[in-house]
Amino acid sequence: MNPFHYSKPDTVQAAIDLSSPVSRFIAGGTNLLDLMKENLTRPEHLIDITGLPLADLSETPSGGVMIGALVSNADLAWHPWIERRYPLLSQAILAGASPQLRNMASTGGNLLQRTRCYYFYDANVPCNKRQPGSGCPARDGLNRIHAIFGASDQCVATHPSDMCVALAALEAVVHVLGRGGARTIEFADFHRLPGDAPERDNQLADDELVTAIELPAPGFAEHSHYLKIRDRASYAFALVSVAAALELDGPVIRQARLALGGVAHKPWRDRAVESWLNGKTVSRETFTAAADALLQNAEPLEHNGFKVRLARRAIVRALSDAALGVAPQGGQA
Amino acid sequence: MNASSQSIGQSLDRVDGLLKVTGQARYAGEYPEDGLLHGSVVSSKIARGRVLRIDASRALALPGVVAVIDHANRPRIASYDEPYQDADAADGSPFRPLYNDQILYSGQPLALVVAENLELARYAGSLIEIDYEAQDHQTDLAILQNEAHPAPAELPKPRGNFQGEYASAALSVDVSYSTPIEHHNPMEPHASTVLFQPDGSLHIHDKTQGTQNCQAYVQKVFGLEMEQVRVFAAFVGGAFGSGLRPQYQLPLAVMAALALKRSVRVSLTRQQMFTFGYRPRTLQRVQLGAAANGRLLAVAHTAVGQTSRFEDFTEHVVEWSGMLYHCDNVTLTYKLVPLDVYTPLDMRAPGAALGLIGLECAMDELACALAIDPVQLRLINYAERNENEGKPYSSKELRECYAQGAQRFGWDKRNPEPRSMREGRQLVGWGMAGGVWEAMQQKASAKASLDTDGKLTVSSATTDIGTGTYTVMTQIAAESCGVSLENVTFVLGDSSLPTAPLQGGSFTVSSVGTAVQQACEALKEKLLAVARQACPAFSGATLEQVVFVDGQLRLGEASVALAELAQKKRRDAVAGPGHRRTGRKTPGLRHRYPFGGVRRSVGG
Repeated sequence: MNPFHYSKPDTVQAAIDLSSPVSRFIAGGTNLLDLMKENLTRPEHLIDITGLPLADLSETPSGGVMIGALVSNADLAWHPWIERRYPLLSQAILAGASPQLRNMASTGGNLLQRTRCYYFYDANVPCNKRQPGSGCPARDGLNRIHAIFGASDQCVATHPSDMCVALAALEAVVHVLGRGGARTIEFADFHRLPGDAPERDNQLADDELVTAIELPAPGFAEHSHYLKIRDRASYAFALVSVAAALELDGPVIRQARLALGGVAHKPWRDRAVESWLNGKTVSRETFTAAADALLQNAEPLEHNGFKVRLARRAIVRALSDAALGVAPQGGQA
Repeated sequence: MNASSQSIGQSLDRVDGLLKVTGQARYAGEYPEDGLLHGSVVSSKIARGRVLRIDASRALALPGVVAVIDHANRPRIASYDEPYQDADAADGSPFRPLYNDQILYSGQPLALVVAENLELARYAGSLIEIDYEAQDHQTDLAILQNEAHPAPAELPKPRGNFQGEYASAALSVDVSYSTPIEHHNPMEPHASTVLFQPDGSLHIHDKTQGTQNCQAYVQKVFGLEMEQVRVFAAFVGGAFGSGLRPQYQLPLAVMAALALKRSVRVSLTRQQMFTFGYRPRTLQRVQLGAAANGRLLAVAHTAVGQTSRFEDFTEHVVEWSGMLYHCDNVTLTYKLVPLDVYTPLDMRAPGAALGLIGLECAMDELACALAIDPVQLRLINYAERNENEGKPYSSKELRECYAQGAQRFGWDKRNPEPRSMREGRQLVGWGMAGGVWEAMQQKASAKASLDTDGKLTVSSATTDIGTGTYTVMTQIAAESCGVSLENVTFVLGDSSLPTAPLQGGSFTVSSVGTAVQQACEALKEKLLAVARQACPAFSGATLEQVVFVDGQLRLGEASVALAELAQKKRRDAVAGPGHRRTGRKTPGLRHRYPFGGVRRSVGG
């Protein structure tokens, strides 16, 4: 870890005024501190935002919920509004990390956590995400955990968050504030595909701070399911995860949302497949056809072909369980 | 003789538990000292090659950085193999940290930054620039498996006619398995705190499973006298075998202490915990031939393990396949492939944990092919003797173990048909396996003394890696001397104490425990001798006649407190001499092996 300056401003504006290209905001630090300890990132200035008034939940005029960026992952998952109205989000958060990490990690920070690609974390090897232009050893190396959608020659990393997969399915909106003022970003647009700039995970500018996440009113509370599949039952990142949400009219699907985690540089959605599901009848055949359609464009690498088969079954199960209104099995972590 | 006391077999709190849970137990990297310097290891980024240049100028320019030590400026260390060959060394030429410019594996220590605090040392380490001459390397066992050479291990000779019986067997299985590398990675990372004494001697707190092994290593590698090196390991936060050999943070910390004449601590990072010994990857092939009734007619087990290019690490991988079941036609093969990696190291049932996977999975395949219950197949082939050596077991309860396990698990409810059983929505399978391990004893010694308050102190240079040595030895001593547990202190983890073997191999209680028992017996003879002289009631009494219980010596109605006997001995404490017993790794005619059964329900 390099020496750095440390500030703890009281207001959001003061935090933004302090920011610079060599500064980083820090809240829970559950990912940033690891990156600093391994010299993978070396900010010269840490701006501690835990003193900012961004830790509340409130209802929006349109019937949704505004989540302050500093609400902890644990508080969010267990908040009665979230448990009751957005169980998909609660399930996804509790499928990630450990209770200790969820206590520390913030909602805003969860969006900004970085990939767990082995090569990104090994400072001894090249990585375009860490050091633009240096190369990508994962593309032809050990790529079992890597992307099957949306990768580029420069980067095959995946986004690690569970929470973001649910937020993508729920079509959350990210509120940010920067020197240029406030703006909102649709969740689907917030994270980037790697393209030829894999060092950029998302659309935030250096001076911009995530202030809140807004959930629209529809929470799909009756028919949603988060299914996470990983190498061990706890404290592991998803190989494949599926956030499935349905609005049903009897056996007929009125609206479908389907987001995948662990398969791309961002939570992966396919609007065409979601639209295709509208008006279809709930059945294994329907869900299998949807999974096949979604996966027909998958581009597996040498070691992650299993993700295509795994995702197919996971999509069918998650949609089936969402239709049934089945809560996830097993532990929370 | 002793009345049976309550110490052994009691369910006790660990005697060291309070110190641990209240944070008072200090581990190797936790000893404070004014002016202590901190070392941070700079590791190789390449797996094979040469160091061309180490530029430490940016690190040395930081205020508070005291030194950067590398192969070019290190203190003198031994230049031949023997001093590096510790008590658990493999065949070959042990690794020598910072010896020269050769890089033998990825993560090899290449430099040590010494600074006034840990954070500074680590940051300074990140500023050191190393130029390499990289050479082609190979770290993949599978790629080089055809270049394997026979392991330098004494395998049981082939018996019977495997090829003939296998070829003509009614049923056979021929299966291959691979097992991955496993790293020990105990909770406490490896660390050494070297406290430089005013007389130039070294007091070292080290994470180790053998204080005397490390003492001898440091003494020999650095050409010191034994009296100049004392190694402590009062508490060890898990080891699993990783502390059997001195690890490189120890010589690096000693180098810095000797070079700077200062006290120095070196702690490895979690990542660096992957840069020394580990359980090696193996590739295994098991061939079983059986009659239709399940009788094993032929067993062949071949294992290929990886090792480094500088040492041939061997363990007992395939022996168990000639031992666990009765079979007259057995061929066992064990080979090694040197790779550009560090030497593997014993880890939790070394060898057995690998070879038994192959054997027991193959037995399950055979049970399935024969349509015989897997427990039944094992009973059909039950071994009454150790057929590798043609010797009987002193005891073997595996048959009863199978029966109890099956009963407790509800084995009779198992449906052998694959995919036939569910728990909720999950397919589950029930499986079982047998286990076998060596019951070894090593040379060990201990010392017991009783003070005038009746407090018993027993000591030995063994360690407690979380296994409960402190508690077990306290129980054995208390029971042996008839003293309550509260009045017994067991001292360990200090190389100056009576000789003890490395803590490993499941032989600590049988070895050190026996030495403790015998030291206590010697102490009791001394106490009785005092009683015979000082107390008329005990004149002429023999050890067989008297009883040591509740802190007293008794003979019929007569009794005298042990504390009083200690006082009578001219106010001197009574001490039983260190008692040394002969090592017995392979006891005479009889062998003792513990057996274990495993039953598992596996979700799928």
